[in-house]
Amino acid sequence: MKSLEELKKIRESAQQMMRLREGGDVTRLVVGMGTCGIAAGARETLTAIMDELQKRSLETVVVTQTGCVGMCEKEPLVDVIRPGQPRVTYGYVDAEKARKIIANHVVNNQVIGEWVVQR
Amino acid sequence: MKELALHVLDLVQNSLTAEATEISVIIEEDLEKNVLRLLVQDNGRGMSRELSEKVLDPFVTSRTTRKVGMGLPLLKFAAEQAGGWLQLRSIEGKGTTVETVFQHDHIDRAPLGDMASTLVSMIALNPECRFRYAHFVCQRVFRMDSEQIIDLLGDVPLGHPQVVAWLGDYIRENEKSLEV
Repeated sequence: MKSLEELKKIRESAQQMMRLREGGDVTRLVVGMGTCGIAAGARETLTAIMDELQKRSLETVVVTQTGCVGMCEKEPLVDVIRPGQPRVTYGYVDAEKARKIIANHVVNNQVIGEWVVQR
Repeated sequence: MKELALHVLDLVQNSLTAEATEISVIIEEDLEKNVLRLLVQDNGRGMSRELSEKVLDPFVTSRTTRKVGMGLPLLKFAAEQAGGWLQLRSIEGKGTTVETVFQHDHIDRAPLGDMASTLVSMIALNPECRFRYAHFVCQRVFRMDSEQIIDLLGDVPLGHPQVVAWLGDYIRENEKSLEV
C-alpha cells in the first residue's frame, strides 16, 4: 500500500535529479482541457503524456492546460512549444499519438507534419 | 461524458477559470438510501444571479458567456436522466457550489469512473490551487488534501514526473479499498 511516507524518498531522489538539470531550456506542452477536450478524451491524453515523461525521465518538459480554443472538432489538442521555436498544434491526439509526439517532436525535434492542425 | 469523473474534471476547470484558489470535491455514496451525491465547491469569483440562472440552459449561452459553455447543462442532463437533480449555488465574489444527486442504481447513471486520473490531472497541473477531496462509501472514507502533499514535498514541484506517478498509484489504491 502506498503511503505518504514514500513521498519523502521521492522528494530526495527528485531533488538530486533537479540539481543535475538546472539551467536547461524548457519545452512546454499544452493540453486543451475545456468541456470539448475532456469529452474527446483529453484526460487520457494528459495521463499518457505524464506517464511518458516519467518513463523517459524528461524533467525539462512542463505540461500545462488551456480551455477551449475554438477548434472543438479537432480535440484533443496538444501544443508543443520547444525553446526558441514557434508553437505547433496537433489535433485528434489520443494517448498513443501523444507518446509518439513526445518521442519524435519533443525528444528528437522531428515535427509529425500529418498530425499538425495549426502552426 | 462517459464517466462522472470527467464531469468532475470539467467542473474543476470552471472553478479554475473563475480564479479559485481552493476547490473541494466530495463524493458520497450511500447504498442504503440509494444515492450518489457529488459536490464541487470553490472560492472563485462566483456568478451573478442572472448568469447562474442562464448557465444551466445550453441554448441561452451567448458569445460573452461562452466560457461557461456546455459543461453544466450536460451534467444536469446526466443527473436528471438518472433520477436525480443538479443545484447551483453561487455568490458573487465568494464562490460557487455545484451539487448533483443521482439514483445510485439507476440504469442510466454513468459510472464514477477513473477518479485517480481526474484528481492527478487537476492537482499536477494546478499546484497553486489547494484541492481537498473526500470520497465516502457507506461508512468508509478516503480523504486527501493537496496542501499536505506540497508540505511533504518541500521544493520539489507537484508536477514532477515521479510525484505524478506516485500520486496516481496512491489515489488508485485508496479508491480501490473503498469498493464494496
